[in-house]
Amino acid sequence: MAARIQTEPFEPAALLDAFTRGRTQAGGIVSFTGLARAATAGQAVTRLELDAYPRFTLPVIEAMLEDAKARFEVQDVLVVHRYGPIEPGEAIVFVATAAEHRRAAFEAADYLMDRLKTEAPFWKKERGPDGDRWIEARAADHEDVARWTRKTA
Amino acid sequence: MARVLLFGRLQDVAGWRARDLDPCPPRASALRDRLAKDDPMLGVALRAPSIAFVLNGVVRKDDPEIVPGDEAAFLPPMSGG
Repeated sequence: MAARIQTEPFEPAALLDAFTRGRTQAGGIVSFTGLARAATAGQAVTRLELDAYPRFTLPVIEAMLEDAKARFEVQDVLVVHRYGPIEPGEAIVFVATAAEHRRAAFEAADYLMDRLKTEAPFWKKERGPDGDRWIEARAADHEDVARWTRKTA
Repeated sequence: MARVLLFGRLQDVAGWRARDLDPCPPRASALRDRLAKDDPMLGVALRAPSIAFVLNGVVRKDDPEIVPGDEAAFLPPMSGG
């Protein structure tokens, strides 16, 4: 179980390789890599800047990992999140989960991404041809995270 | 001396992201008053109900005491990752 936030770019394939190596008890590993898009909602994005408050942001993400582990039968979880300036096409977030059976690994990764997209303390600024704009979580992201509350209801 | 940090759009309103205040205001409310006196626009922005106040990494909804060496932060609604 580990969460990291960093300004340096990361290589998703290398993270997945290191996460996979040496496991003999896991039946499956699921990974997700989120990339910075060159456009959102039809508007060009030339650069993304993600502001973070490391001493506050990291504990919130670590608590999400604890929730995922309590909720799903996962053996291990890794989250790596970029902040600072990010170019289109670069990886922003990497999530990997290891479990004895695949369903828990898929669900834990899905759950973590939904939580990260809505509740992780980041402030996102997109730069486009019309200047900079601050972005807040999309309604669709909130609907995604609400699915998990309905599942337990 | 206390350190004050602003995040997200508050940085654009204020034109700064970190500032040291010496002497440090005794409480969160006094800190808001002090920042509002220097910059009324920022004062309005800081009083919006959506702004969270964080002292030394912990969200505080009360009016906590601030002592030298503390780190105070104002957080607008987050965008998620």
